[in-house]
Amino acid sequence: MTSGINLVIPAQPEYLSLVRAVVAAAAALDPGLGDDRIEDLRIAVSEATTNAIEAHANLGSRERITIRCDLADDRIEVEVEDHADPGFEAGELDSPGPLDRPGRLEYEGGMGIPLMRVLADEMKIRSLDHGTAVQLVVYASGPSKD
Amino acid sequence: MLAVSSSDAGRWRVLHVRGEIDMATSPTLRQEIIGQIGAGHRNLVVDLAGVDFVDSTGLGVLIGGLKRTRSQGGDMRLSGVTGQLSRVFELTGLDDVFTVIDADQPDGVVGAQP
Repeated sequence: MTSGINLVIPAQPEYLSLVRAVVAAAAALDPGLGDDRIEDLRIAVSEATTNAIEAHANLGSRERITIRCDLADDRIEVEVEDHADPGFEAGELDSPGPLDRPGRLEYEGGMGIPLMRVLADEMKIRSLDHGTAVQLVVYASGPSKD
Repeated sequence: MLAVSSSDAGRWRVLHVRGEIDMATSPTLRQEIIGQIGAGHRNLVVDLAGVDFVDSTGLGVLIGGLKRTRSQGGDMRLSGVTGQLSRVFELTGLDDVFTVIDADQPDGVVGAQP
């Protein structure tokens, strides 16, 4: 059985705290998710939404961003879909690489995607006709990411 | 929402931050840090005890502050790094980059976790 919610927000940073609150509340409905994992998901979704807002801002897009939370028995899936065409390609991201890479102090940005990768059990980036979708999955019984 | 107040502890200027540090609020913190350095406060402590969320944007502002203070011959330390913040600092390796101290004793290092 699955259930879930959709949240559609203007692409503005002021809505990030609302997204975090809603996703954390939705995740808390899953009794199998501990507080630590809810926190992991909350951070990861915030990072994905931040990237979407940035992508919209870079293109001057006035479209909205959709955050879908699907609760299944064993996991919660959250998809953040933007309308910032063209979507970025995962392989072309300007990123400082692994978080523990020496010299990373040179970078003040680029930590969002590596953070998502370590916080979520699964992360997929899909290019769509109209933008990009980032899917984040946290399993209720999954191994702790510590 | 983000609020910043400041106090002095010896040679350190302590910035007490309250709220969440994300894309919406990080410009406020960045301006505060730049303003303090501009006013001659090269040794800063950013007290995060009142912060319950920081994302990569906020971490970028803190890294920027560290680089700015050091480029002026000063330093920046952090205090009040607990809960979600300590997890993000660990995951990003920034717990090795920043000196974490007790806000009441800016010259003493208490961040020497095992």
